[in-house]
Amino acid sequence: MSPVLDNLDLYVDGFLTSLRIIVYSLIGCLLLGLIIAACRVSPVPPLRAFGTFWVTTFRNTPLTVVLVFCAFGLPELGINRSFFFFGVLGLILYTSAFVAEAIRAGINSVPAGQAEAARSLGLGFSLTLRDVVLPQALRTVVPPLGSVLIAMFKNSAVVGAFGVGGDLWSTGQILTSARGYETLPVFIGVAIGYLLITLPAGALLQVIERKVAIAR
Amino acid sequence: MTSATRQHPLVELSGVQKWFGDLHVLADVDLAIDAGEVVVVIGPSGSGKSTLCRAINRLEPIQQGEIRVDGELLPEEGKALARLRADVGMVFQNFNLFAHKTVLQNVTLGPVKVRHRSKGEADKRARELLDRVGVGNQADKYPAQLSGGQQQRVAIARALAMDPKVMLFDEPTSALDPEMINEVLDVMTSLARDGMTMVVITHEMGFARRAANRVVFMDGGRIVESADPETFFTRPTSDRAKDFLSKILTH
Repeated sequence: MSPVLDNLDLYVDGFLTSLRIIVYSLIGCLLLGLIIAACRVSPVPPLRAFGTFWVTTFRNTPLTVVLVFCAFGLPELGINRSFFFFGVLGLILYTSAFVAEAIRAGINSVPAGQAEAARSLGLGFSLTLRDVVLPQALRTVVPPLGSVLIAMFKNSAVVGAFGVGGDLWSTGQILTSARGYETLPVFIGVAIGYLLITLPAGALLQVIERKVAIAR
Repeated sequence: MTSATRQHPLVELSGVQKWFGDLHVLADVDLAIDAGEVVVVIGPSGSGKSTLCRAINRLEPIQQGEIRVDGELLPEEGKALARLRADVGMVFQNFNLFAHKTVLQNVTLGPVKVRHRSKGEADKRARELLDRVGVGNQADKYPAQLSGGQQQRVAIARALAMDPKVMLFDEPTSALDPEMINEVLDVMTSLARDGMTMVVITHEMGFARRAANRVVFMDGGRIVESADPETFFTRPTSDRAKDFLSKILTH
């Protein structure tokens, strides 16, 4: 494992960059996914159509295509930002479709009578969703949402492959192709780096799942 | 209060039509309910009585006709509809208490979020109402910890907390064990005595006789007969009502 230990500082840098991609994408895709899910269950037909369009587009387009569009297509439209920005943006857009569907499944698992009772008290759509439906949807949402998010954590490596310099994936790339290290030990190190993120995240999800389950 | 002190009925349906696909669930329904009146709607399953009840606060939209509550035409979706619904209390067959909130939180949600009352004020009023329906000592429990009868009484308190102009009861005792039916009917009877305007869909003929000012009999989406309880139960005019009553009153 000497390639890993010799380049530990490079690995730490890569780990931190991956973590930054993941944290920004996590916040972005949860917020955007929630908005898209709200659109999909909205009583306003144009919003529903928009939500459906969004999910259909980003769920059915390969992540690499979304990333190419963001990183190389948007600059052609005159939008100039860093590759880091475009990488995170692409990952957010792509993942938001899956987040939205996980949340929508949770919303649909709440009995219709709950929303009817809220509406009959005079609560509007957003209050009904926020105070009555979503808190109850959370319970069923945690496991599928967890899978979507962990997939997103791993997809951050694809963002790295798209030229976001210095994340875990590119650390492995640099060590093997530019500096001539052997692939196997280098990428075992990379894999361990990702496991250091995904395994605690999985454990945290289990804790959350137990927490929200008690509330019933 | 009677219609004499108002210009208009509190709830007024005129020429209401609704279809579920080919099924004509509400056909030419005209009904006017005055303030303080207790109207019991009875009829066989599928007669449209639940749909009628749910149409009054637009949980079921209608396709033709007009529904007015306190003179105001029922708005389409949006803020105006939410405002109107706040004035129309609704009690459901399956209680529909918010499962993730305590009994007290169930009763205060509407007053705090919709009427913008302070939490302290809403709590105080909620506890009064819970005492009134006899579940004051259950305030901090969750709905799942209560019996069906207790849950339905909480649901009534939740609706009353909004100070509604009219209360709609959609088969409030149909999901209850027999020994719990009376505790709910007693609360409803006392509400009726206090002058609450009520529309009650029920199979409880005893309640209809005791508390109703008027019994409306529905069949096939139509109002077939409308009379005071004494007249309806002793001298029904339509064959359909006679047939219905002969089936339910013999045992």
